[in-house]
Order: sequence, then structure tokens, then C-alpha cells
Amino acid sequence: MAKHLLSCTVNDEPVEVLVQPWETLLDALRERIGLTGPKEGCGTGDCGACTVHFDGKPIASCLLLAMQARGHNVRTIEGLGRPGALHPLQDAFVRHGVPQCGFCIPGVLMAAAALLTENPRPTQEEIRYGIAGNLCRCTGYTKMLAAITEAAGATAGRRS
Amino acid sequence: MRRFELVLPESVEDCVKALAQGGAEAKLLAGGTDLLPQMKNGLLKPARVIDLSGIARLRAIEPGNGAGIRIGSAVTARMLELDRAVRAHYLSLAESGALVGSVQVRNLATLGGNLCNAAPSADMAPPLLALDAEAVITGPKGERRVPIAAFFTGVRRTVLAPEELLVELAVPNPGPRSGGNYLRHTPRRELDIAVVGVASQLSLANGVCTKARIALAAVAPVPLRATAAEQALEGQAVTPDRIARAADLAVDAARPIGDQRGSADFRRHLVRVLTRRTLTTALARASA
Repeated sequence: MAKHLLSCTVNDEPVEVLVQPWETLLDALRERIGLTGPKEGCGTGDCGACTVHFDGKPIASCLLLAMQARGHNVRTIEGLGRPGALHPLQDAFVRHGVPQCGFCIPGVLMAAAALLTENPRPTQEEIRYGIAGNLCRCTGYTKMLAAITEAAGATAGRRS
Repeated sequence: MRRFELVLPESVEDCVKALAQGGAEAKLLAGGTDLLPQMKNGLLKPARVIDLSGIARLRAIEPGNGAGIRIGSAVTARMLELDRAVRAHYLSLAESGALVGSVQVRNLATLGGNLCNAAPSADMAPPLLALDAEAVITGPKGERRVPIAAFFTGVRRTVLAPEELLVELAVPNPGPRSGGNYLRHTPRRELDIAVVGVASQLSLANGVCTKARIALAAVAPVPLRATAAEQALEGQAVTPDRIARAADLAVDAARPIGDQRGSADFRRHLVRVLTRRTLTTALARASA
């Protein structure tokens, strides 16, 4: 079985890469494109560690075949902010000391970033609902909520 | 994952051709939220996977014949949840979309996948039953339409032949004096599977119910309508007493099993409670 040519956009850059038919987008991002921010936790869409933006929407990249991303826009945590120009969420996560082991954090940040794009001033309930698909086994949810709440104020402020 | 050949059709016609060349060994891939986990754990080992994501028609929500709507089979749960037309006239369907998985899953999981997997607990089935939807199916012999009530034939079984494809759902507009609601019970608020799900739809004219639909999930091998309960409401003014009576009749329609998610008795109790609640909300929405 021949490999397929995957053409898509990843973090604003055009990407062309050969992938196996059975490769997931997560595998292609990590193994072929070198973006190891998205993580494989469960591999079945339950934990959210593999969350990336697909045409701006958060998805579980472990449940998408790489070739299903053909022609689409993918954004990973590497494309959310840069050193020196962090996304307000990343900045808030650093200042609140949110990461413990850190494994879930890229997924949580991508889910939270998608939430704030759609809903710049979410309620506490909406934030909880927005990251309901992300499991943190260190159980560091309280600081996450505080950091996302603070960043929401900052991003909403930036908009207006 | 076991190796497979990947087919990437860009039209319904190309997909039907691909299915005709060995549909029995092939699996159709839409959102992948059910299929991929089953392929990863070795439960399913298809030789070919046909990806539906390149077929624009399957992802469309469009006005249908008359005042109805056509919803493509690869429309995601998230699209159902947010679509203005769906929210305006088919709110119970939008509510079912909003209940599936996490947002990361809802952006992938599709209406067609939810129906074709044919789990007894499928959340999108009861609203479609209550809305009198039809499944539009295409195969080598052309197109056919099947009322959604006849689409399911057993646990994880449907009327679809191996070489057929569910293209879209045709849903008639219930009209301005109609209201619907879908509720389910789950032990956890998020990322859980319905212990029982109930959708109700009520249409009114001059204070009298002209049409009632009550559909139940996870209380039988297939999603089903509680027709005796519906008939008890039609032609009547919908009062709390009649809603309570309909809820009792809906319990009689249920044939639940007991399993790890709930006993048969608990499921019957849930049918009564959720039927009462969805009818009450449907009435308020129809009257608004």
C-alpha cells in the first residue's frame, strides 16, 4: 500500500509530507512534522491531550486520519504563541503555575484558546464545560480555571 | 492500527463506486470517533477505509423540499449544536448534538455516524424520530428513502446494505406552533452515554395538540416511539394531568434491560420522568 501525499497548512506554514493510510494526524504531527506539543494520552478521544485546532476548531487529533487533514488548516500549541510573545493563556498559565507534570497542558491550552475565540467572556460554568474534554491526572483544575478566567479578561480587553 | 487501503472519494457517486467494488470489506469513515477506537483496539479490521470528509454534499445543511431541512450525514454534532436553522425549528436535534462527548469529539462526530453505528443509546435518533425524519440512502441501484423509525433493525444493525451510503436526513418543518425537547440521563454531566434518552415534539392549534411525538433511546434494542402515549395527547388540550398520563404510557412502550449503567426498573423510572419533563418543555416552546 502506497503512502499518500498530505498537503495542508500547519501553524500558518504549508506542509507536504508522505503519510501511511493508517497514520493519525497526531502521529503525522509528532513523527513526521516534528511537532511534539500534542500528546497521545488515551488514543481514543477521551483525554484531550492531543487537542489541536482544525480550521480553528478544537479536535482530538488522535481520531483523525492524517489524510483527512488534506487541504485543511491545523494549529498546534507550537503555533499558539512564541517565546517572548506568549498567548495570554500561556502567560497566565505560567504566572499561575498551572503545569504540574505538564502532559495535559498543550491540550488544555488549545481547548481554552478555542473557547475564548468563540466566547471571549465565558462564565466559570462555560470554562468548565469548555475544558470538560481535557483530563489532568495531577488534578490541577483549580489553577487552570483561575488562569483561564484571568486570560479571558485580558483577551476580551484586547479585543475592545 | 491494522493496515488498510484508504479511498478518498470527492463525490457521492465516487463513494458509491468504491463501495460497489467490495463494500463488505470496506468501512465508511466520517468523524472516526467510534470507528477509529474500534480499529485501534482490533475489534474492527477493515481492508479498505472510505473517507467521507472530502464529499462536500455530506457536510451541508440546506433547505429541503417544502419547508423542511436536509442535513448531510457527515454534519458534525457541533454543527447541529450551533446551526441557526436547526436551533430555530429543530431544537431537540441541536440539543442532542450538544450532549455528545467533549467539544473535541463534537467537532468530529457526525450525525450519520451516530445513526449508522446504531447504538440503542444514540442521542440523535430520538429527536429525528420525534421529527418524522427520513433517511436518504444511496447505492448502486439508486436512491431510496426510509423513515427513520424503520432505519434501525437491531443493536448496531440498520437497513443499510454493505454497498449503500446514508447521504442525508430529510426533516419536515414541524411548523411555527410546534416545540420539541431532548433530555437524557447520565451519571456524569459530560462525556457519558445515555442511560435513557427521551425526545418529545408537540404541535398545537387553538390550544389543542394536533400532533404529538415521543421517542425513547436506550430502553430497547432500537430507538422507538411511544405511540400510545402520543395518541393520548393528540386532539386534547395538553394539561399536566395528561402529560403525567402520557408519561405512564411511555413507560409501557419501553422494554429496557438492566446493565452496568442502570437497572430495568431505574430505566422505566427515567422514561416516566424524562417524558414528563420533555413534554412540559415542548409544550412551553410550542406555546411561546
